Amino acid sequence: MTERIYGGICVMCNDQGYMTQLDQWNKEVGSAIAQEEGIEMGDKHWQVIDYLQEQCRNEVPLTIRKIGKSGVVTIKEFYTLFPNGPLKKASRIAGIPKPVSCI
Amino acid sequence: MKNLVILGAGTAGTMMANLLTKKLPKNEWKITIVDKEETHYYQPGFLFLPFDIYKPKQVKKSIDKFIPSEASLIKSKIDRIEKDANLVHLENGNALPYDVLIVATGTHIAPDEIEGMLGKEWQKSIFDFYSFEGAKNLRDKLREWKGGKLVVHICEMPIKCPVAPLEFAFLADSFFINKGMRDKVDITFVTPMDGAFTKPVAARELGHLLTEKNINIVSNFNIERVDTENNKIIDYGEKEVEYDLLVTVPTNMGDSMVERSNMGDDLNFIPTDKATLQSKIKDNIFVIGDATNIPASKAGSVAHFEAEILTENIQRFINGQELKAIFDGHSNCFIETGHGKALLIDFNYTHEPVTGTFPLPGVGPLKLLKETHMNHLGKLAFRWIYWNMLIKGRHIPFVSAAMDTQGKNLEEETITA
Repeated sequence: MTERIYGGICVMCNDQGYMTQLDQWNKEVGSAIAQEEGIEMGDKHWQVIDYLQEQCRNEVPLTIRKIGKSGVVTIKEFYTLFPNGPLKKASRIAGIPKPVSCI
Repeated sequence: MKNLVILGAGTAGTMMANLLTKKLPKNEWKITIVDKEETHYYQPGFLFLPFDIYKPKQVKKSIDKFIPSEASLIKSKIDRIEKDANLVHLENGNALPYDVLIVATGTHIAPDEIEGMLGKEWQKSIFDFYSFEGAKNLRDKLREWKGGKLVVHICEMPIKCPVAPLEFAFLADSFFINKGMRDKVDITFVTPMDGAFTKPVAARELGHLLTEKNINIVSNFNIERVDTENNKIIDYGEKEVEYDLLVTVPTNMGDSMVERSNMGDDLNFIPTDKATLQSKIKDNIFVIGDATNIPASKAGSVAHFEAEILTENIQRFINGQELKAIFDGHSNCFIETGHGKALLIDFNYTHEPVTGTFPLPGVGPLKLLKETHMNHLGKLAFRWIYWNMLIKGRHIPFVSAAMDTQGKNLEEETITA
């Protein structure tokens, strides 16, 4: 666990750079993490982030399929918005844990 | 007489029938269990079938054998649940009324979910080992295979027994070394996750295994389609992996009955309270095992721990008492690593797998998150425990439904949530 500064705010992150407390997140924090991931955020990006955070609050495990059926983006669009490992990158920007398996 | 109906006579349903016939007053409750199958499979054995370690007869027994005589077994397909009328409609046109319903219809593979998978190459160069037939066909293929690119692949999460694909890759390494042809086989593990090990302690303790065993890894691979003309799997980002032999874990889905009953999510898993196991659909419907959408592993050990808690909650529900919100997501799995060794992991919703001793704190004899021969013997002994204790609802000594934090090096844990 480390403290990192994003968008002028000090947030708690795990060793892999994922935020551990969603309530510390705001749009500025998200933008700063996105910059680190090399992604410039637009309206569609933020819609995806909103959706991911809502699913996380409802404790729904996230999968590519879920996102494809979300009505927010198609899977192809999701890949265009967040190239190379979209779920991993989008989760990090959204301030939610990355999808994990049991080990 | 009141009716308790259990849908599905697999691991979870059979355990519930055995536990509840002992607990519910026989003059007040009639217990009925419904399943279309004739055979009860020891599913953990499907991992060993392709490598000729287990024979088919070691992993199958008649389904009737494990249903207690006090319960009635109906062999029929289930059409749907009509929750507002408290009825289960069977395919033969009969309807079963219930006061309390337990859904234990599990999960199955759905290769038709991925474009190109269920075509002419299915069970020829593309195999699964999550079904009895698939595992047996793969055994026949491996007996004569001359080598090439072996790709062990997970389509999407969640899957039953999430460690099984990795175990398959480890056992394949061991299998081809023993056959003296490891140099002719290139093994690649392809996963939609960001690595073979996604939890910090497991990644640190076990990350070396893939390199040691010369297994390549392709991560963050979300399959879009199989190109059977060119023997390639292709992901949504246009990444490609070539194969000669594809051993895939297709999309796992809940029973189609769940969809017909309009009760499931997009993979037909039923929204369920993760601590009480009551469905979020209706108060008198409970869900256990792989059929739920709870964030626990889909595994027999999870169903076993759930069964103890669900038995108590069903009794509390019947007596009008508040349900106990105590299921902690406890899971306990052996992981075969090949060459007569295995790992053991024990974890729950809040604690990731760490090192330590099990089941006796400080004693063992099993070691958590370490490769040992004793763990492998534990995995083999588990088949006996399964047939003789687990599905009969007998308590397994020293192993409790709630995860024991003693004997675990929890200070290793990085709190990730």
